[in-house]
Amino acid sequence: MDGLLPELDVLRKDFPILSRTMADGFPLVYLDSANTSQKPQVVIDAMVDHLERHNANVARAMHQIGAEASAAFEEARDKVARFINAPARDEVIFTKNASEALNLVANTLAWARGPTGVREGDEVLITEMEHHSNIVPWQLLTERTGAKLRWFGLTDDGELDLSNIDDLLTERTKVVSLTWVSNMLGTVNPIAEIARRAHEVGALVVVDASQAVPQMPVDVAASGADFLAFTGHKVTGPTGIGVLWGRREVLEQLPPFLGGGEMIATVTMERSTYTDIPHKFEAGTPPIVEAVGLGVAVDYLFAIGMDNVKAHEQAITGYALEGLASIGGLTVLGPKTAGNRGGAVSFEIAGIHPHDVSQVLDARGIAVRAGHHCAKPAHQRFGVQSSTRASSYLYTTPAEIDALVDGLEYVKKYFRVSSS
Amino acid sequence: MTTQNLDSLYQEIILDHYKNPIHAGLREPFEAEVHHVNPICGDEVTLRVHLSEGERAPVVEDVSYDALGCSISQAAASVMSELVIGKTVPEALAIHQEFLTMMQSRGNAEPDEEVLEDGVAFAGVAKFPARIKCALLSWMAWKDATSQVLAQDKEQR
Repeated sequence: MDGLLPELDVLRKDFPILSRTMADGFPLVYLDSANTSQKPQVVIDAMVDHLERHNANVARAMHQIGAEASAAFEEARDKVARFINAPARDEVIFTKNASEALNLVANTLAWARGPTGVREGDEVLITEMEHHSNIVPWQLLTERTGAKLRWFGLTDDGELDLSNIDDLLTERTKVVSLTWVSNMLGTVNPIAEIARRAHEVGALVVVDASQAVPQMPVDVAASGADFLAFTGHKVTGPTGIGVLWGRREVLEQLPPFLGGGEMIATVTMERSTYTDIPHKFEAGTPPIVEAVGLGVAVDYLFAIGMDNVKAHEQAITGYALEGLASIGGLTVLGPKTAGNRGGAVSFEIAGIHPHDVSQVLDARGIAVRAGHHCAKPAHQRFGVQSSTRASSYLYTTPAEIDALVDGLEYVKKYFRVSSS
Repeated sequence: MTTQNLDSLYQEIILDHYKNPIHAGLREPFEAEVHHVNPICGDEVTLRVHLSEGERAPVVEDVSYDALGCSISQAAASVMSELVIGKTVPEALAIHQEFLTMMQSRGNAEPDEEVLEDGVAFAGVAKFPARIKCALLSWMAWKDATSQVLAQDKEQR
């Protein structure tokens, strides 16, 4: 199979969990990487080493290990900046996760004075394929400010419907926020083109790259985005840390998000002044060891090469789409070919609810996700309540896809659904 | 999870109720209608309750429902309606309590088949924490709707 990462069996040894045996002796077949990725040993070791040898608070401890911890934390910022080609390291803000990163932008846009702020009469434009974390913050923002929330629809193939873009994108549009890669449909959206159109009307562009950064090269400078959010645990890093990248000029116009330690220049009883980015947006003790783990994770991916990761994902996804097409009664939601598609494949099987599909697959060691995948509007668009989702990553093998396809035939047999 | 556990989860009775649900569909008359959702998985049920004044206690005349969800939640709605229709409200609440106790037992309860009838098939579900809410969704909806009807009656009196 063209495109697969070389020496995949060696690479898989980097991920200790992949050698687990599940109930009844089935090997773990982990096809839930769009939910969270597995972690390589180097990430686990780096976090343990940090806690064992360098643990101290950052940016305030004056002792030797304090200096080591601060250096490790800031070095992680450098690594992330390099990984996403950020023009400046200070534009990389550590958050708790992608949701917090998106909430940071939506909240501070509501609070911002001057032309950056979102006001009554303004419009925010999102899409029907967003994860709830890129819907709810904008609903809250528009409810609070009196601005209007508008939506790009989807085509039957699961692509963004751009046919009415001239109607949707006007001088009233203040923000366009959209996902780069859909976590449910797998669709890859034309970010650069939409950003160009959005900038023509003076709107800011926010990109949810939670599914993009893990599986393709992301160059924030070339993307056209003004803000880009992703989370650590989907890029082989730990949970508890996310990233917001923003263009310096825009970040500097925004007020602080949370108040607390580390984000101030000085505090008196009358008022406080704030420090510069990125620390202005990092109130309180940050997720230090998580940042260290994330830094090592993106270095790990960098060393493998994101072009190679993307090629691997496309090869595996193409193979999965072929295999799934062979199953009678199965319908894939979203693009049917791997060409311009991410590695999350959601599907329905006629007559069997996704929970029941995933439960029976789990009995064979196959881990997938069932439900609405935090994308209820997208499910509604396709007239389904929920779906089963298989999602691959750089460690996924063609044999695991075979196990999924065999497993799904077994599911049908178990629930006595005929192969029509 | 083992295949043996899988078979204890998906008892024949559950699969039968799933394929051929009893009392399904929304009917008139009814005194209360509720809509319950399991936010974790998105399963939904719309459920109506019709009570009549019994000699000693109100009687569950009808429970009708429109359920969207997995085999466990669909079968639970079917079994629940079969168990409570025709009972007095206190009797039905006692059955609900017996079912709840079984579901919270982590699989260690010995449910009373006299009381729960087909409901005993859900004993295996109690071993799957993620699925307990599926089995309880329609029961909770029924209890909510019933208490709404009783509250209305009280106001009218």
